[in-house]
Amino acid sequence: MISSQSFGESGKMKEYHYSGPVEQRFSPYSFNGGTVLAVAGEDFAIVASDTRLSEGYSIHSRDSPKCYKLTDTTVIGCSGFHGDCLTLTKIIDARLKTYKHSNNKTMTSGAIAAMLSTILYGRRFFPYYVYNIIGGLDEHGKGAVYSFDPVGSYQRDTYKAGGSASAMLQPLLDNQIGFKNMEGVEHVPLTQDKAVQLVKDVFISAAERDVYTGDALRICIITKEGIKEQTIPLRKD
Amino acid sequence: MALLDVSGFSRYSELRGQILPAGRTHPVDRTNHYSFGTKTPELALPLGVDPSAFLKSCNQEAGVSIDLNHGTTTLAFKFQHGVIVAVDSRASAGRYLASNDVNKVIEINPYLLGTMSGSAADCQYWERLLAKECRLYRLRNKNRISVAAASKLLSNMMLGYRGMGLSMGSMICGWDKEGPGLYYVDDNGTRLSASMFSTGCGSMYAYGIIDSGYKEDMTVEEAYELGRRGITHATHRDAYSGGVVNMYHMREDGWIKVCKEDVSELIHRYRKGMF
Repeated sequence: MISSQSFGESGKMKEYHYSGPVEQRFSPYSFNGGTVLAVAGEDFAIVASDTRLSEGYSIHSRDSPKCYKLTDTTVIGCSGFHGDCLTLTKIIDARLKTYKHSNNKTMTSGAIAAMLSTILYGRRFFPYYVYNIIGGLDEHGKGAVYSFDPVGSYQRDTYKAGGSASAMLQPLLDNQIGFKNMEGVEHVPLTQDKAVQLVKDVFISAAERDVYTGDALRICIITKEGIKEQTIPLRKD
Repeated sequence: MALLDVSGFSRYSELRGQILPAGRTHPVDRTNHYSFGTKTPELALPLGVDPSAFLKSCNQEAGVSIDLNHGTTTLAFKFQHGVIVAVDSRASAGRYLASNDVNKVIEINPYLLGTMSGSAADCQYWERLLAKECRLYRLRNKNRISVAAASKLLSNMMLGYRGMGLSMGSMICGWDKEGPGLYYVDDNGTRLSASMFSTGCGSMYAYGIIDSGYKEDMTVEEAYELGRRGITHATHRDAYSGGVVNMYHMREDGWIKVCKEDVSELIHRYRKGMF
């Protein structure tokens, strides 16, 4: 046994013992941060994400949005490991094109969600480290949000937050959109303007308390007229 | 097709003959991301790594935390008027509650139901595949598949991936020519038939309730109440179960959805009766 001593942070001596071979392992994953949010309304859907790309203590980019447009009525938000986000969106695009050429129609939101579930499960034993949320309009023109876990379990929701600040945002959305834990309030349906304002407020709160969220907010609003994008600045620190 | 050529699909199938010994069709490692199609789906495996330990080891790296949706209580029992199926609706990912209103019963056809407990993705994927196989059976044989055969299909799918870390505890309930059927299938390939099962991390609490209240000749209302109580008390004591009770009744002419009630309201009703 070899032991060596060195000074630790508090000035006390630390002892290191070498007790045998140590396994060094390469991790295929890395966490690049970012938060994604989607809200479904009566005839619209909103997908929003911050634009910060970080790794460990560094910020790689302040302008890397996590919303990707799939069709005229569907947008996907992907956060987690950026490498897997890029590959996954490339695969989804390829599958969408194949479907369009074989079936002569665009995939609906529900079909894209079901397809993504099987794509993700195809890597059940070596998952894509991506938290996905799809937002769009269904065949009847109503807003739809589908949320996924990294291996493909999914369900349709009215609103969902995913990514690094999801645990902070989801309770706020539960309260403001789902009217949970409130008594004596009228359940008014969400208008588009109110929803956009709520999304901005919610991300400002997330940027205050989550180190991986900030820089700017990209909002995609999906209606039957098409997809409109807005960019709002957030805290850069 | 130009896209398939570009994605390297045809090149892979030549390579495959050299990699795989003849006759083996197990999942293999693929560098190819674009192997999709209508043929038998294969799952990608990292070569040289034990699949079930691989995910756990990745979670120890700083910052990386791949949590999969988990956790449940489900129960089902046969009685003189058919089969009652009751499930909770919570999905947790590590310590975070991913959702409180997941649907854990898959309606395979009007005479077959499957429940899901364990890993949400595993249950959703394999039971959707089972629904596809049941539909193909119906189209090929002009008769609906029996409950025994459907549960056998599912257990064989599980046996194909035994030891690789899948997590699924499912009950296949239905009504076929033999009458009401209830089978328990799990990720080890276990397949059992009995008149009462409960699965999931809250199953022990549910067993306590349904074992003490069960009678073969219950009325329909008594059976509904027993199913509701079983799930409610399990969600009360198990942290990973909660949400709403989704209850189905499998009858001779098909299943009906009985109720969808919030457990926090139900537990107050039942606790009043306790005092």
